[in-house]
Amino acid sequence: MAALTPSKRIEYLFTVNPTAILQLGFWVTLSIVMMTVDHRYQYLNGVRDVLGTVVYPFQYLMQLPTHTKGWVEQNLAGRGTLLEENARLREKQIFLNAQLQKLTTLEAENRRLRSLLESTVNTPEKMLIAELLAVDFDPYRHHILLNRGRQHSVYVGQPVLDQQGIIGQISHVDPFSSTAILVTDANHALPIQINRTGVRTLALGTGNFQELKLLHVPNNEDVKVGDLLVTSGLGGRFPRGYPVATVTKFEPGSPFANIIAKPVAQLDRIREVMLLENAPPDEKPAATPVPSTPPAPTPALVPRRHS
Amino acid sequence: MTGAPRVSGWVIACSFLAAFLLGGLPLPSGLERFRPDWVAMVLIYWSMALPHRVGIGVGWVVGLLLDVGRGALLGQHALAFAAVAYLTCQTYRRIRVAPVWQQTFSILVFLLLEQILVFWISGVIGYPPRDWWYLAPAVGGMVCWPLVFIILRDVRRYFQVN
Repeated sequence: MAALTPSKRIEYLFTVNPTAILQLGFWVTLSIVMMTVDHRYQYLNGVRDVLGTVVYPFQYLMQLPTHTKGWVEQNLAGRGTLLEENARLREKQIFLNAQLQKLTTLEAENRRLRSLLESTVNTPEKMLIAELLAVDFDPYRHHILLNRGRQHSVYVGQPVLDQQGIIGQISHVDPFSSTAILVTDANHALPIQINRTGVRTLALGTGNFQELKLLHVPNNEDVKVGDLLVTSGLGGRFPRGYPVATVTKFEPGSPFANIIAKPVAQLDRIREVMLLENAPPDEKPAATPVPSTPPAPTPALVPRRHS
Repeated sequence: MTGAPRVSGWVIACSFLAAFLLGGLPLPSGLERFRPDWVAMVLIYWSMALPHRVGIGVGWVVGLLLDVGRGALLGQHALAFAAVAYLTCQTYRRIRVAPVWQQTFSILVFLLLEQILVFWISGVIGYPPRDWWYLAPAVGGMVCWPLVFIILRDVRRYFQVN
């Protein structure tokens, strides 16, 4: 639209645009069609990819202030602070190394026992570090944008962890970035197991960063506040045995107990995450972000990939 | 008097871009909930000041890019922005002549409408808002409107955008 001549501008001041309502109708219809298609089918993924590549540099720019703040803080930290941190980290390193020694022997023993039992051997998993680019604007949707995409062979359904435990899974992949859905998202469910007793259930997101809800646990089940929940490996998306949450509330209810757990990872303070490569990309699971495995009432007898 | 149309186009595009980038600015956690939707405010300003250049179509395109940028459903913000641009285009004659502090009330209504549309669609696809805080950005936008208005007005005069 070009600039208008003065007479035309005056005309614009006093006339009502007669086609405005038609235009609105057209664009609204188009939006509704697009939203429906985008929500139900995959046809628009190409459009999203193209636009996503256009928008990506700006998304990168957008998180620059936050990153700059961190960089400045790092660079202006005093020598004393750095020395202190260094000492603390070294201590932690020694501590972790000691634990690791034990783990190596345990792992070897485990593998030997598994081969004796002729069950599948856990393959070592590969990790990819990704940085957080943006958080979903909608406060009720727990989606985060990561700076790794198809270029780095990220795939839909890939588990996302931080140093404390599972935080979510990849729900959408763009060429240079990807979106992860967090375990606390209201549309996410995660097959888990209580570490102490082995009871299997589903952990449902509530839309609150501090809460997960456990489904279908009978009132008389042995669950205590403080119990650690780990991934059960059912559903085939998440490898088995990664910490997810700790139980914070157990209340008998009807027909099932009301159990609330708090994620071990600080989901509202994520900066860097790890993408776990547990299945080769050609074995991509289905594109739905919610693992649909119901909790099995009896212990699974079939050997599973990650069990 | 008139600036080159091409320059004007760039100025408008850059203002939208700046608004998008402002969305990533770290805010104190108490203010985070009130973080205004800068892009919507810039859209309201331009469709009020230059309704012949920035209208429903431009609003829709900006909204669509925002959907991609924020990972929302394709068309979610596009619909809301088209509606806001439509309302602005229908009422700009009355709003534009009012003092800035009186404009803020109209802006509040527009921004509330935008929030309600966006979250209504979120609700339809399974993410209903859990409390009333989702309307807070509209209030934040209302408070920030005079600032946005004055900055953009000066930008418009400096570059002679029309």
